[in-house]
Amino acid sequence: MENNMEDCWELAGHKFHSRFILGSGKYSLKLIEAAVKDAGTEIVTLAVRRANTQDKENILDYIPKQVTLLPNTSGARNAEEAVRIARLARAMGCGDFVKIEIMRDSKYLLPDNSETIKATEILAKEGFVVLPYMYPDLNVARDLVSAGAAAVMPLAAPIGSNKGLATKEFIQILIDEIDLPIIVDAGIGAPSQACEAMEMGAAAIMANTALATAGNLPLMAAAFKEAIAAGRKAYLSGLGRVLVRGAEASDPLTGFLHD
Amino acid sequence: MTEAKEANSFLVDSARLSEKALERKHELENNPASRKSPLAYFPEMEQLDSTVEAEVLAEMEAYDYNRYTAIDVRRALDHTTCSQEDFKALLSPAAAPFLEEMARRARQETSRHFGNTVYLFTPLYIANYCENYCVYCGFNCYNDIQRLQLDEQQIEHEMQVIAESGMEEILILTGESKVKSSIEYIGKACQLARKYFRNVGLEIYPVNTEDYRYLHECGADYVTVFQETYDLEQYEKLHLLGHKRVFPYRFAAQERALRGGMRGVGFSALLGLADFRKDALATALHVWHLQRRYPWAEFSLSCPRLRPIVNNDKITPQGVGERELCQVLCAYRIFLPYVGITVSSRESAAFRNGIAKICATKISAGVSTGIGDHEEKYEGHQEGTHGDEQFEIADNRSIDTMYADMSSEGLQPVLNDYVYV
Repeated sequence: MENNMEDCWELAGHKFHSRFILGSGKYSLKLIEAAVKDAGTEIVTLAVRRANTQDKENILDYIPKQVTLLPNTSGARNAEEAVRIARLARAMGCGDFVKIEIMRDSKYLLPDNSETIKATEILAKEGFVVLPYMYPDLNVARDLVSAGAAAVMPLAAPIGSNKGLATKEFIQILIDEIDLPIIVDAGIGAPSQACEAMEMGAAAIMANTALATAGNLPLMAAAFKEAIAAGRKAYLSGLGRVLVRGAEASDPLTGFLHD
Repeated sequence: MTEAKEANSFLVDSARLSEKALERKHELENNPASRKSPLAYFPEMEQLDSTVEAEVLAEMEAYDYNRYTAIDVRRALDHTTCSQEDFKALLSPAAAPFLEEMARRARQETSRHFGNTVYLFTPLYIANYCENYCVYCGFNCYNDIQRLQLDEQQIEHEMQVIAESGMEEILILTGESKVKSSIEYIGKACQLARKYFRNVGLEIYPVNTEDYRYLHECGADYVTVFQETYDLEQYEKLHLLGHKRVFPYRFAAQERALRGGMRGVGFSALLGLADFRKDALATALHVWHLQRRYPWAEFSLSCPRLRPIVNNDKITPQGVGERELCQVLCAYRIFLPYVGITVSSRESAAFRNGIAKICATKISAGVSTGIGDHEEKYEGHQEGTHGDEQFEIADNRSIDTMYADMSSEGLQPVLNDYVYV
């Protein structure tokens, strides 16, 4: 890529410059605006179940209008429930984007891959821009592509754990083999980890807990922004080799071959 | 503090009881042979094939908390995930000097799983008739209190008043009288509640799976049942009469509720009735075992302490001071980081403000444990007949005050995090 070329990415024809998707559910509503600004984010996720309120303090009122909403289906335990929540999000005016979250486990909140494929297929047919949250499995990722997903969102580590790229090898396989944007979601706990995922070739990073548990949320949002941009640049520039051990011999072992 | 304390004196005679009733009451209190076995089911009670109870009670029985030392507590706090053995150390007296460190760890876990959110809800008592004789409870059938049951119109009126305050989650409670508060009556209350609230929970007498299914269809999605104490011997001495006396039927209530389609279930021991460390252990293990069987379900814990009741203002929580309560709650959070923790209005405003920053995720506001008096609470004027309260509350903040107080503590109050699917 030329140095001055615009580095955008797309989701179903929608162009984005920021590669940082921000969660919104674990910190004070009043901080959302500052976090969005300092993170430079263009996409914010929100739980439909949290937005489904008559509350004087509705989360939707705190998300800046220029930002694309990415409602998620948290609370869904199967495809049918996820589909219903997605339709509710659309009816509430949250747009056509949806992040599918289907959990059959309240302890680790691990996604149910097979139900996620089913929900993706139904919602993609209904015209949603579907971003499925999934456990990084290549076969599942391929099925999600066939089902009409706009991107694939593999988890790096259990949600909320801040443990970083625990599934690194498998995310790399998805990046290498899947033609859709790979958005690394869940478990990213520090800007350095976000940077590493971007160096691997991820299209974007989603984070929530890492910011929510930081001492200064907007400052951490800015740190993530810079780390993600740095990782992206490193990926585009082509990382140099990293030698596993020792230095490379200056005299080649095959130097004696003359034919 | 855990030093020696005077035992609670629960037994109170009302002058309005007939001679025959008094005789029966005294017989139940003084002659154990006059009481049914707490293990004997009533004919209509469903029996589940479950091994959870045996596992929990065996662990509780074997728990010798004096065996744990500061080294065990240190090791527990150093572990990334908290094992059952670690949890036992955190509940032990040896953990008392580590309370601040436990609180910090608990806060970290809460923040990872729930961020800084705290959910607000209001309980609504719709009837206080009760057929049980539980000696520590204000609703017990021998206690001389003002009884009341709201009719549909009154229930709806109460709900309107609560909904106007902005509340979106309601917990419907009754005394334990299936005759007075039938399943159909409670079901109707659930249907009315769905008109005004985003989430409807129940805290009623335990019922069979089919009845839970019916109530779920009527709009309830969360069921809380307090076991009160997991110490069977003590349970037998405190619950002298009625359906509640059947210990195993109560123990399996959450399982039946989940099988009946409820999304989540709540658990609790009433700390102060028996050895609180053993009860806290059993409560958490009850959750732990059911989570393994029903991994999709949502779980929550409450942690009430004994409170004074109408006609007996001398009831105390028996050595479970605020420090002990805080230790139990922190240990719960570290062992079960994914469960909701509810702190009731039995505790003071200062305690609830503090604990919400450490590990509580759900707080009641605008609470009345009486019957039919929400209007008085919200709109500040008196009405005619009210039913008496189940227990005395210590924190009577309104929803608006609670919302503002939680915000000023740096927490994000949430009125709804729920969507029916």
